[in-house]
Amino acid sequence: MSRDVDLSRRHFLVVATTVTGTVGAVLATVPFISSWRPSARAQAVGAPVEIDISKIDPGSMVAIKWRGKAVWILHRTPQMIAALTKIEDELRDPFSNEPQQPAYAANQQRSIRPEFLVLEGVCTHLGCAPLEKFQPGDPEIGAGWQGGFVCPCHGSQFDLAGRVYKGVPAPTNLVVPPHRYIGDATILIGNDSGVAA
Amino acid sequence: MKSERVQVLERVTERLQALLIWIDARFPLSKMWREHISEYYAPKNFNFWYYFGSLAMLVLVIQIVTGIFLTMSYKPSSAEAFASVEYIMRDVNWGWLIRYMHSTGASAFFIVVYLHMFRAVLYGSYKKPRELLWLFGMLIYVALMAEAFFGYLLPWGQMSYWGAQVIVSLFGAIPFGIGEALVEWIRGDYFISDITLNRFFALHVIAVPFALVFLVIAHILALHEVGSNNPDGIEIKENKDAKGIPRDGIPFHPYYTVKDIMGVAVFLAAFSAVVFFAPEMGGYFLEHANFEPANSLKTPEHIAPIWYFTPFYAILRAVPDKLLGVLLMGAAIVMLFILPWLDRSPVKSIRYRGWIFRLAVALFAISFVALGYLGMQPVSATLTLAARVFATIYFLFFLLMPFYTRWDRTKKVPDRVTYHD
Repeated sequence: MSRDVDLSRRHFLVVATTVTGTVGAVLATVPFISSWRPSARAQAVGAPVEIDISKIDPGSMVAIKWRGKAVWILHRTPQMIAALTKIEDELRDPFSNEPQQPAYAANQQRSIRPEFLVLEGVCTHLGCAPLEKFQPGDPEIGAGWQGGFVCPCHGSQFDLAGRVYKGVPAPTNLVVPPHRYIGDATILIGNDSGVAA
Repeated sequence: MKSERVQVLERVTERLQALLIWIDARFPLSKMWREHISEYYAPKNFNFWYYFGSLAMLVLVIQIVTGIFLTMSYKPSSAEAFASVEYIMRDVNWGWLIRYMHSTGASAFFIVVYLHMFRAVLYGSYKKPRELLWLFGMLIYVALMAEAFFGYLLPWGQMSYWGAQVIVSLFGAIPFGIGEALVEWIRGDYFISDITLNRFFALHVIAVPFALVFLVIAHILALHEVGSNNPDGIEIKENKDAKGIPRDGIPFHPYYTVKDIMGVAVFLAAFSAVVFFAPEMGGYFLEHANFEPANSLKTPEHIAPIWYFTPFYAILRAVPDKLLGVLLMGAAIVMLFILPWLDRSPVKSIRYRGWIFRLAVALFAISFVALGYLGMQPVSATLTLAARVFATIYFLFFLLMPFYTRWDRTKKVPDRVTYHD
């Protein structure tokens, strides 16, 4: 009986069935894995938002929500801008070499206009919201403090351009989201088409 | 002449036996009972440390039963979740009890499992031939951590939210843009949102419990295949009587069923004391920041995970580099997985090992507890330094194990199990 079995034919069928079945099973996981990506609705809700910056006083900051994240718009005073150059050797990436900002914000102030800083209020360590510590020489932080942000979770420190200090857990500067000016006093956050690098 | 009552009783017994025979011809009921309970021979020298396996199973049952009842009133949506938990606490009949049993059960699970794992370290229960048993146990531990993590988001409080934010962001440390994409995929959104909550709910109530139950069955089957270890680390199967029964073994039922019931009684007394008198356990079992609804724009001043994660969290924080911190935290768990292959000692139990291993275990236990404490505290330079020291000891316990277990002078292991009390 067993002599009638064509072993090479049987071997071919076993391999063919296994391969076809495995390929099918792997392909069948695609819709399931893909279903975890942001849905069409989540993408629509994540559309750009506008913010009127004329009401932000110098030295103060507003937070708005874009894609569920805080986005900060800080109106820096001339003193705040001047302080940025004092601490460059204490920073990990003072000249914004890491791609944490669009090309048009890869400058000293990390902004399009020097006085208006737009930042994602999300710590680059593990995503907590850093706190405003604008007071230079804040006694909790140290006499050399020039003002900036401190993350309450793991103590990461950032300056008034969102640049990260050395020796803290956060690896990179805070992210500058894509944004552009639409008119003189309005910023569109989440869309930067047409902004020159 | 038998009385009528005895006759009725005999007839009922006869019917039940007939039913059992009917079942046994179709399903191996009696066979399973014998193999796993009445004729499973366990070493007769089990001590206090051997309560925690059966207690872990009890807590699993408590979590599944209370969990099922919680899903009947809980709403897995960001708009309703927080209020639905309040509703359970205030309006559902006995809802507060069911929820406190579930929240206390989560911490109880980890207490019991950590003690169960420490027992294995003390008596070398992970050593050959129990490596796979240990690996199943470790998979249970990882599944349990996932289960606890997913469950912690569900009340949608501030700590739920920011805890999930921190843990999910850990995956963002993977370089080459993979991390970012992975984080977005896990959340299903650009931030921890309703979508994330809904899928964590599905994972918490179906996927992970299913995996847990499967792994527990595998763990017990592996245990019953190789047989239980014991405080002397002696293989009782190597010394059997004429009937093939280990001389140092006693049937699990009735001996250990009775012993475990005793343990269950004591455990339930302590468990009830927490559920009724200290369900928040001073903020350790239910963190106070979680009584405030989730707010994606405001991080609580001090974020600490729930106590059972804090040793690993302390390791994460001790490293001033994101990727390295995440890798070391993962490595802290991987070390436990490879434990059976790190230990080169010829003996299993700490009773017959030398001073080096005893010292190593003591230092390891101290650093684990110390890291757990440090992980709860706010960051400061001194505490970070302490966390680095203890994290180093934690890793050295494992990394130097192949050497010191070989150098250690062991004592002769007796042929038969011993008693110490």
